Formats: sequence, C-alpha cells, structure tokens
Amino acid sequence: MAQEMKITKRDRIAIWWRSTFIQGSWNYERMQNGGWAYAMIPAIKRLYKSKEDRAAALERHLEFFNTHPYVASPIIGVTLALEEERSSGAPVDDAAIQGVKVGMMGPLAGIGDPTFWFTVRPILGALGASLALTGNIMGPILYFVLWNLIRMGFKWYTQELGYKAGAKITDDMSGGLLQDVTKGASILGMFVLGSLVNRWVNVAFTPVVSRVQLDEGAYIDWDSLPAGADGIRTALEQQAAGLSLSQYDVTTLQDNLDGFIPGLSGLLITLLCMWLLRKKVSPITMILGLFVVGIVFHVLGIM
Amino acid sequence: MDLTIIQIILVVLIAFLAGIEGILDEFQFHQPILACTLIGLVTGNLIPCLILGGTLQLLALGWANIGAAVAPDAALASVASAIILVLSGQGEAGVDAAIAIAIPLAVAGLLLTIIVRTIATGLVHLMDKAAKEGNLRAIEFWHVIAIVLQGLRIAIPAALIMAIGAGPVRELLQAMPAWLTDGLAVGGGMVVAVGFAMVINMMATKEVWPFFAIGFVLATIPSITLLGFGGIGVALALIYLALSKQGGSGNGGGGNTGDPLGDIIEDY
Repeated sequence: MAQEMKITKRDRIAIWWRSTFIQGSWNYERMQNGGWAYAMIPAIKRLYKSKEDRAAALERHLEFFNTHPYVASPIIGVTLALEEERSSGAPVDDAAIQGVKVGMMGPLAGIGDPTFWFTVRPILGALGASLALTGNIMGPILYFVLWNLIRMGFKWYTQELGYKAGAKITDDMSGGLLQDVTKGASILGMFVLGSLVNRWVNVAFTPVVSRVQLDEGAYIDWDSLPAGADGIRTALEQQAAGLSLSQYDVTTLQDNLDGFIPGLSGLLITLLCMWLLRKKVSPITMILGLFVVGIVFHVLGIM
Repeated sequence: MDLTIIQIILVVLIAFLAGIEGILDEFQFHQPILACTLIGLVTGNLIPCLILGGTLQLLALGWANIGAAVAPDAALASVASAIILVLSGQGEAGVDAAIAIAIPLAVAGLLLTIIVRTIATGLVHLMDKAAKEGNLRAIEFWHVIAIVLQGLRIAIPAALIMAIGAGPVRELLQAMPAWLTDGLAVGGGMVVAVGFAMVINMMATKEVWPFFAIGFVLATIPSITLLGFGGIGVALALIYLALSKQGGSGNGGGGNTGDPLGDIIEDY
C-alpha cells in the first residue's frame, strides 16, 4: 500500500451529480441501494483497480439504504472519506461503513423530511401557486429556480462537509446550528401555514340569516335618479356617501361567521382534517369526501 | 382542440420527465405547478394550464414520499389533467372539472408506482449479479433502465389519453351538469385544507403553535402579501432563536415536543 489514492474534486462533482438519481431504482427490497451504488461508482473506479476489490466494494454498497434523498449527501461524503482510508490500508471494515450509513440515515431522514417536504416545499409551492393562480408565469419559474438552487447547494455543501468531517460528522449533527435551522424553519412554516389556511381555504355559507327593510334615504332610490350619465354619477356619489345598493340589508350565515374572524370556517375544516388524519383516515378519502360535501351542500343551497 | 405531431411528442417527453421526477423528487418536474405549466406552454394553453397547476399545487402541498410510503401521484394527476384540459378546449372554464378528474388519477398513479417499484426489485438482483463480476457498466445500465421505467409510467398513460382524442374527452366534460361543476368548485375551495392539515400535523409542536395563530390573524389584513408574510416569519424565527438563547431558561422546554391542540383533537 505504498501509493495513497485520493478522491479528486472532479470525482466528488461527478458523485454529487449522480446522487441526483439515488431514488432511480427504488425498490421494496433494499430501497435506495441501487442508486447509492450508482453514485459511489466514480469513487470505486478511483480507489480500487482490481476486479476483486471492485466487486467487494459494489457488493458492500448494494446493501439496504434509505433516507431522504437530499440528506443522503452528507452520508455519501462521510462514506467517501471512509472508503479513501480503507483503500490506503486503514482498518476500516465493512461493518464500520455499513454502521455509519445506517446510523446516519434514520436521524437525518428525520431532519430532511420535515425540512424539505413539509417546510420548504409548502412555502415555495404556496408562493409559486399564488402567483400562478393570477396567471403570472413568474410563479413556476420562481418555484423551479429557488427550489433547485437550495437543493443543489445543500447537496454539494453537505457532501463536502461530510467528506471533510469524515467519521466525526455524527458529532456535528448534535451541534447547535442544525437544531437552530430546524427550529427556525418550523417557526416560519407554522406562521406561513396560519396565514395560508386563512387565505386559501375557501368556504362560503350562503343561507340568509336576516333580511331587514332599510329606512327611506338609507338606500339609493334608483327610480328617482336623473337619466343618463348624470344618473350614474349621482348613484356613485350616493354609494360613496354610504347608501346601500338595495332596499334590504341582507346578512348571510357567512357574514355572521366572519364577524368572529374572517376565515374561521376554513380553520375549522382544517382542524377537522387534522383530527381525521390522526384517526388514520386516508387523505384521498378526505379529498373525495370534501368534493361530495361540496356538491351535496351546493345542491341543498347551503354553500 | 387537436394537437400537432410535434406538440404530441413534446407532451409525451414532458410526461416522461414528470414520471422520472415522480420517483427522484429532485428537480420537481412532477409537481403540478411545473408539469401543468410546461404542457400548457408546448400546447399553446399557457394561462389555463398555469392556473390549473397553481390550484393543484395547493392540493398537493403535503404530498410526500416518506420512508417506504407512497404519496398520491402528483405526476400522473398533473400531466393527465393538463392534457384533458387542453383537449377539452374549454380554457380557464374547464379548470375545476380538470381538478376533479385529477384526484382519482392521483390514486391510479399510486398503483402504477407500486408496480414499477416492485419490478425494480428484480432489477437490483441483476445488479447483485453484476457486482459479483465487478462490472460497473452493468450496474449503471440497470439503474438507468429502472429510471426509464419510471418515466414510461407516466408517458404511456399520457400518450393513451391523447390517442383517445379530444372528442370523447370533450363530450365527457360537456355532459357534466352545472350543479355538478359548481358543486365541484365549492368542494375545490375546501380540499386545500387536507394538504394543510397534513403539513401541520407533521410540524406542530407546543412551541410553534403560537406562530400559527399570529399568521392566521395577520392574514385578515388583505394588504399583506405572501412575500410580506415570509419577511415577518423570518423575523419572528430570528427573534425567537435569539431570545431563547439569551434567556438561559430557553432550554426549559427542551425534549418536550408536546402538541396541546393535537392532544385536544386526539381526546375529542
């Protein structure tokens, strides 16, 4: 073992790119193992030259592996450092490498899933969707560019971090910075969710609660307006002065609910959905159910 | 409307890309806001498809593959509903009906995903064999085959819908009575709650519920835009982190991930 092999930066860029496809051959037996091996190939090529060594390395990296696809990057980084030591003669056995992989994938998935799937994606998705709904093409563009900048930056930076920290990365995970980021992200997430529930869950109850005949002079008397443009002007002036458009003051059930706080019914539906989810009701059942409720209530004239 | 050959090829390519991303979850081409918009772009229906994508995106906010679980398939739902919207020729008026079609498709797509993931199990056994011979190329080959299968999972249904043609699709949509489409629109206003509920269930702890309340109340002020909420949210997070360190007692709640509202919901 006179010659010490090093994984070059170019190898690490190639591995970073290949890690994009880590879920490509996701399967029910060993999950991300094929994609993991696929990502490790540039390193295996660099470090092991004989057919036997390569075969052993490939078998080692086709073991069970599954985590959030982005936080696989720091694990790849650490594994690269370990493989490098092993190839230059250090006593790193298969169990150590497998141990690091399995030891890191659980806790890291616990960070990756809530951070990316349940904080970054809903926030960027909501931002993009709100623009898209108004027909603004910047919605999808912003979503695509921001998401991929965050993703690619995160994957490269953490892979390098893992590679440099080597076996010591597990200590890093308990460090304060990562916890701060996770907590800060969930604060931001919950705050934005609160506003989205108010703005975007649309419920309108149409039944009329009261219908009050207004006093004369409190509404615009359409019959006594001057003809033509003059009449339009007078009407607009009267409306601006606070006169009602019709003889009746109509209050719907929705107006009453909005008196508590606008968006209350949307909040209640969201809480109901949360409760149903905890009762293990499938989201698909709930979505179909809400459509059925929408149709039935609409036909009955309640919504 | 009828599509030209080039448009059909482009749509199938987008469907293929969406299928691949449905498993990779990296570039996000399977997300409605991107998949629907791209299909709108190549078929000359940009604005209706953009609005469809935005609406479906809100529905899909909480859909994610966690561990071995498979989420409703955003890829098939967005690709197929966008194609149906384009074929119907109804423009923006057809968005609500297209969304109602997208939901059952998301379930159908889930089934296709499970089938492909099962086939992939066979492929990794071929990889095992290649590994024994130290054959790097063969491993790469089988991995790429698995990715291509995931792409075909969406590309084939997309091609099938276009093969059936605009006629039957349009007839189907126009046969829908007004009470049904209006009712679907009412339901569409509410189903967003399901996505939000999934996300909240995942993130909620005792510590962060107050921030939900602040956000909810501030949202009643119509002049604050979503970007504005982002600004306030970041500021609140920074203030909270800084204060919880200064106080020294900030770790008092450490280890307590209780969720009071969740407990109430649970007990109910």
